[in-house]
Amino acid sequence: MGRMSFVFRRLLLLVPVAVGVTIIVFFMVHLIPGDPARTILGIHATPHAIAILHREWGLNRPLLSQYWLFIDRLLHGDLGQSLIYGQSAAALILGRLPATLWLIIYSAVLAVIISVPLAMLAASRRNGIRDHAVRVVPLLGLGMPAFWVGLLLQLEFALTLHIFPVTGYGTGIGGHLRSMFLPSLTVAIALSPIVIRSLRASMLGVLGADYITTARSKGIPGRRLFVRHVLRNAVIPAVTVLGINIGFLIGGTLIVENVFAIPGIGDLMINSIFQRDFPVVQGVTLVFGVLVVLVNLLTDVAYAALDPRVRFDR
Amino acid sequence: MSAAALVTVAPEHAQSRKAHWFRQPALMSGLAIIAIILFMVIAAPLLTSYNPNAQNLNATLQGPSAQHLLGTDQLGRDTWSRLLYGGRADLSIALIAVVFPFVLGTILGSLAGYFGGWADLTIMRLVDIVVAFPFYVLIIALVFVLGPGARSIYIAITVVGWVSYARIIRGEILIAKRQEYILAAQSGGLSNTRIMGRHLLPNVVTQAIIYAMSDIVLDILAIVTLSYLGLGIQPPTPDWGNMIANGQNFLTTHWELTTIPGLAVVITGLGLSLIGDGLADLLRPGQ
Repeated sequence: MGRMSFVFRRLLLLVPVAVGVTIIVFFMVHLIPGDPARTILGIHATPHAIAILHREWGLNRPLLSQYWLFIDRLLHGDLGQSLIYGQSAAALILGRLPATLWLIIYSAVLAVIISVPLAMLAASRRNGIRDHAVRVVPLLGLGMPAFWVGLLLQLEFALTLHIFPVTGYGTGIGGHLRSMFLPSLTVAIALSPIVIRSLRASMLGVLGADYITTARSKGIPGRRLFVRHVLRNAVIPAVTVLGINIGFLIGGTLIVENVFAIPGIGDLMINSIFQRDFPVVQGVTLVFGVLVVLVNLLTDVAYAALDPRVRFDR
Repeated sequence: MSAAALVTVAPEHAQSRKAHWFRQPALMSGLAIIAIILFMVIAAPLLTSYNPNAQNLNATLQGPSAQHLLGTDQLGRDTWSRLLYGGRADLSIALIAVVFPFVLGTILGSLAGYFGGWADLTIMRLVDIVVAFPFYVLIIALVFVLGPGARSIYIAITVVGWVSYARIIRGEILIAKRQEYILAAQSGGLSNTRIMGRHLLPNVVTQAIIYAMSDIVLDILAIVTLSYLGLGIQPPTPDWGNMIANGQNFLTTHWELTTIPGLAVVITGLGLSLIGDGLADLLRPGQ
């Protein structure tokens, strides 16, 4: 099967997932116990305000027609009106999106910078001391709460050593790189254990392959062999691992943004939760879902473009 | 044919497992760590004489001393006591929370894997949809709409967590159902329920159990994170998450209030991961 039809079928598979994502976000309102409008607006809400919210969400219509209304608005880019900020949820989210995208990309880059050398170190001597030492790192890392790591980094590098700002997003590219270093490092530390593990495994797999034995028997020195032959073939799986864990990566930014007060959509979501700004919470949840689906699609397509062996047979 | 062979093979196999399980350093150290933590958490009343919520405004923000092993917080509450009782709250919720997704995922995964067709298609599309949301986003959103508390945490973790078990079990069953003992059971006219329950599940469930170890770590992190944000275990009940959130205000002057509960989470996670790794080595020696 050709690559174009791979991409096409991958796009087709997206349709049920996209519909499912909207259904889940839609039903969030109906999971609220009791009258959602009353719960959201609080006990002091006037009947008038409650009636407005009922009308806005079409809560007095049948379920299917409510969903239809939701989809119709969605297709027009309407995520509803923020109950707090007095502007549309879509505009609010769009304004906050750049900071989150910065954080995601910066974290992914740092995660690769941390993981690749460590995985190489571990794979170069299987079951050696270095291998065992590196294998403990993921075990420790997997159990560390991201917000806690963020607080400790803040304490050490911002509050004590004053190398980086404590919070914020910074201005200009240089400012972003400096201000976002600690938050991105926090996400990268949470992500690295997973990447190190699978990268080590795939490097060991590559090391056992016939072409490596051939290269060795040709007398290619160890270092060059590792960089030219092993690393190249092991990096594609690493990118895929990053792609598969994109949900984890993106979810990690949520709490980290909160700790470092970065004006992204994660911070927006948590603040909106405390202000019971339901349309914004709903909108951010949807955008997070769309982000993950899109990145997964891009990973698959990039993978198909990079690796000629990829065929669609699922 | 192989009834006799099975009888002779099985004890040998069991014996070799018995002979080796204590030689797994990862498994043993993991079990030791978790045993100690569970003991401390369960025996909390014996290990501390302080009520975790008892305030003493004459002894606030104190360092470690003979009276207060790990010092006190800004309300003069004993940190050591809050650490023990906080672990109780987190671990008991995490241990219960891991069961529901395990059961649901195992059932749906076996249905998908064994019957294939529409069952498979529907269940796996459901998996795709849940996976489309970042773990924490869906958990936090669900707990938000359901309201804080243990019940919401159980529901949120079940909704999000079952997919991993379903994927693992489905994959295992797809392989196992082609094997001869299953074909034999099918041609012997056994019912599907009996084949799944008595023959397939016991053979595939080990992978799910191994995964459950790392899943508990994820659940503990989720509970601690929710509590840190104020959506999980509600004060005054202590928990490692709200202890960290509380200590955050005194980060520059009393960093130990933030560090200690975090370390408790890390050590617990390390113990469980070690058990998971050790179990994996023990139960699938071929890989």
